Amino acid sequence: MSDPNIGSAVIGAGSGLPAAPERPVEYRRIYVWELPVRVYHWINAVALVALLITGYLIGAPMSPFYAAEAYQQYWFGWVRFIHFVAAFVYVFNFLARLYWGFVGNKYSHWNAFFPLKKAQQVEIVDVIKADVLETQLHGPISTGHNALAGVIYFGTFLAFVFQSITGFALYSSMSNSWLPRMFTWIVPLMGGEFGVRFWHHTFMWFFVTFIIIHIYLAFYHDYIEGRGTVSSIIGGWKFEREKRDK
Amino acid sequence: MGNSIWESMQQKGYSRRDFLQFCAAAATVAGFGQTGVAQVVSAFEKKEKPAVVWMHFQECTCCSESFIRASHPIVVDALLDVLDLNYTETLMAASGFQAEKCLTDTIANNKGKYIVLVEGAVPTGNDGVYCMIGGKTAESILQTVAKDAAAIVAWGSCASNGCVQAAKPNPTGATPIYKLVDKPVINVPGCPPIADVMMGVVTHLLVLGQIPALDSQGRPKEFYGRRVHDTCYRRPNYDAGLFVESFDDENARKGYCLYKMGCRGPVTYNACSVVKWNEGTSYPIQSGHGCIGCSEAGFWDNGPFYQHLASFPGFGVESTADTVGAVVGVATLAGVAAHAVVTNIRKRPVIAEVHTEDQKES
Repeated sequence: MSDPNIGSAVIGAGSGLPAAPERPVEYRRIYVWELPVRVYHWINAVALVALLITGYLIGAPMSPFYAAEAYQQYWFGWVRFIHFVAAFVYVFNFLARLYWGFVGNKYSHWNAFFPLKKAQQVEIVDVIKADVLETQLHGPISTGHNALAGVIYFGTFLAFVFQSITGFALYSSMSNSWLPRMFTWIVPLMGGEFGVRFWHHTFMWFFVTFIIIHIYLAFYHDYIEGRGTVSSIIGGWKFEREKRDK
Repeated sequence: MGNSIWESMQQKGYSRRDFLQFCAAAATVAGFGQTGVAQVVSAFEKKEKPAVVWMHFQECTCCSESFIRASHPIVVDALLDVLDLNYTETLMAASGFQAEKCLTDTIANNKGKYIVLVEGAVPTGNDGVYCMIGGKTAESILQTVAKDAAAIVAWGSCASNGCVQAAKPNPTGATPIYKLVDKPVINVPGCPPIADVMMGVVTHLLVLGQIPALDSQGRPKEFYGRRVHDTCYRRPNYDAGLFVESFDDENARKGYCLYKMGCRGPVTYNACSVVKWNEGTSYPIQSGHGCIGCSEAGFWDNGPFYQHLASFPGFGVESTADTVGAVVGVATLAGVAAHAVVTNIRKRPVIAEVHTEDQKES
């Protein structure tokens, strides 16, 4: 027990549950999410929520304030400004995360997001069963992203890319900056700005749905796995049950 | 034929002063500014005026109607008078074989030098039987005319992007001009395009003898470079968040932004809010109605006009992406809640199971 990362926890100490085991179960503390990954996650979360709120308002504006003359207020202008700023933050943050997918630890590595290995594919089926049918997990579950989560995160990356491209394409008509100007070709491809706006707006609902499920499943897995899923994105540590030979 | 514009104006009895006035007006309309007047004068004095054929296919002639209402009558008169407008079904005096002869003669005598103005889309369904002139399909006429043209201008949304003919389900296979010819086409969309914009494009072609700078959709940048929204006089209301909520409310009387009434200004590239219509009198937004985006491709399919978002395909006329999205969102929340309830019902057995395993291990 010289390893400082091994602590002990007693399972089932609560009342009404079967009697406590004779020996405590030992857990190893594993540093899963490095600081850049955690920072990415929370910048992403804040930017995404800002984008969703302002984006929805841009699509369906409210008129909460009264002004006699237009020059007296600029609230809708501010809503759009926040949307654009959050979008830039979001995109560069995302690019930084892509970079970290090549230099970070194995849990944040790019191949965690593609089920190329047989074990990952088996794990996907196992996790679907555990999540949908609420059976107990049978095989070992990855310490970082489980294989199903990895695939779904890859899907959200694609949605990120789609939103960034269509967003910049819409923004390009108001900007001479090279970054948005790179995406002007999208507009004729999607049948004019009306079409681009329509799909950009529709994909917003993908993110709303994703956030609901993501938060719920984080708590659910925290519960069924019992190894600190929720707190890991704050502190970076997860817990793995110690394998004992004897 | 073979004369310059100045020569033919002299023949018609115009004075030098009239000619210079015309040149100044033409330079203004084409956006050359004061410094460009000399260039225009020189071009109109020396350049042989080009022959023009104006084709009519699947259209309603609103482009022609708009053209003859340009706010600089001297330019229109002069252009219609002094141009060699050799063929145009709507306005020409000749008919039948005579008319067709005008067209073939113009093509034969001006190979590589004449300008083609096309109004209307070309149907390609069922071998093009839906639009035939003189026993020939619109498509074959277009190919004949376009082959030796110096420049091709697509007038209006029909010729530029198909407009109402090409709206779903497009029964005649209406196709915009640029998809049928392998030459650069100047698209001048709008239903109809603004008369002064049409004048500007023609003047540019005549004076400089070259195609104006075009954007990625083949539209002249000088007229289609900005959105109606960018130059709209109601724009400050948009930024302030002051919106018309219904067409007869107090906000409508105050002239607030029509964004929530489905105005397509923010997604429409045109010069309406700058050039305006009917001698600069007004434009749709100024008269209290949102823009319907008539110069944008597929605008008929992006309905309803009074809704800011298009109907979501497959979910009926009234459901926007927001309706569908909200339903999906609520369904997800309900699903998650149900899942949580089931989880808690199963909580004890699952924990017990984990527990037994722990005991086995230890």
